[in-house]
Amino acid sequence: MAKKYHITTTVNGDEYEYLCEAQQTLLDVLRDELQLAGTKEGCATGDCGACTVTVDGTMVCACLVLAVETDGAKVDTIEGMANGNELHPLQRSFLELNGSQCGICTPGILIAARELLKRNPDPTETEIRYWLAGNLCRCTGYDKIIRSVQAAAKEMRGA
Amino acid sequence: MDVRYEAPQTLEAAVALLAGATAPAKILAGGTDVIVQMETDLIEPSLLVDIKKIPELRQITAENGGFRIGAAVPGMELMAHKALNKAWPGVLDGVKLIGSIQVRGRASIGGNLCNGSPAADSVPPLIAAGAIARIIGLKGTREVPVEQIPTGPGKTSLAKDEIIVSFFLPARPPHSGDAYQRFTPRTEMDIAVVGVGVNLTLDNGGTCTAARVALGAVAPTVLLVKECADALIGTKVDNAALEKLAAAASAACRPIDDKRGTKEYRIKIAGVLAKRTALAALEVARKN
Repeated sequence: MAKKYHITTTVNGDEYEYLCEAQQTLLDVLRDELQLAGTKEGCATGDCGACTVTVDGTMVCACLVLAVETDGAKVDTIEGMANGNELHPLQRSFLELNGSQCGICTPGILIAARELLKRNPDPTETEIRYWLAGNLCRCTGYDKIIRSVQAAAKEMRGA
Repeated sequence: MDVRYEAPQTLEAAVALLAGATAPAKILAGGTDVIVQMETDLIEPSLLVDIKKIPELRQITAENGGFRIGAAVPGMELMAHKALNKAWPGVLDGVKLIGSIQVRGRASIGGNLCNGSPAADSVPPLIAAGAIARIIGLKGTREVPVEQIPTGPGKTSLAKDEIIVSFFLPARPPHSGDAYQRFTPRTEMDIAVVGVGVNLTLDNGGTCTAARVALGAVAPTVLLVKECADALIGTKVDNAALEKLAAAASAACRPIDDKRGTKEYRIKIAGVLAKRTALAALEVARKN
């Protein structure tokens, strides 16, 4: 039987303990072991960004991180974005401005956009487009996504 | 597939694990290539040695007026290092083009080099910079110019028990500049059709006294092309020198046809891009 590794990880502020095999990715574990299926699998090769999460504050593709590498780490996923029933301003603007269509890319884009606005509260359209270059969307044509991020940024700046 | 994962805290422990492996072992740095290769069954290692917990691999330190960069430092950390960006903008040009922000949150220059892709974006500027890799193995430590590490697509000159610990980037003389440019149909999330790294130094009168030019994606390994450097040295990097540089770059190419470009296209683009990159390096050098 394959060797199992005992992992303790803080996900969205809650401590999780689980067993995994060395080759299981963080994405596999989030979805299949921890039942946190908000993080989506698009390509599973780091090209599409649908599985974007943060590990110790660094934005990564969960498909390109092994779960064993996150022992003792702090992982943040889309499930931790809303504050209880109160949506994050980015989530609200994506709803209001149709920034989401089929929805597969949306959790990754929301996490990436949140990380952008943490570092740069007033990004230009070009800065938003370059920051989100690693997040592919096959529905919206990106324009509505950009407008949604701009609207949320404006709201968050209190402008 | 039964894979064992180890995350040693010291170089000695990592070398011992690799040396003692009786089945295929793989070094895990950022994992942005290794994990994809595992997922797609291109490789089936039975041991993964995660080197990210070894301090020497994670530090950027000043050394002899230059820098020592841990081989597993992620790209985003390199990009955030102001002094390194100022001294070696061309090396950072290459780093910035690796994957997305998510990928650069993990991917390192040690991994980019050891993955052995002829199109690796950080390798031409590292070679142009004259970067020296420090390698540790059972027999001790050796210092190797980066251009001697790749031996073919996916292959390196490292022995089974060897690990790249760090890269040394030397002190810069005045009026030095470097640049890396790649040609791709898209600006982001693409793989080089051709990549060119140029590093040059000017004297007070603006004459080029030293140059190194490296070409990516036009041969089985990244090429350091002496004829390109010779085209620039002793000139003011004027049009005549740039035309010679372009001809030397095109002449050095031994490319393949693939979906990104034909042989003929790559040979032509290598010359054009070498000129553009030399001008970019020249602009930096004139400001320093």
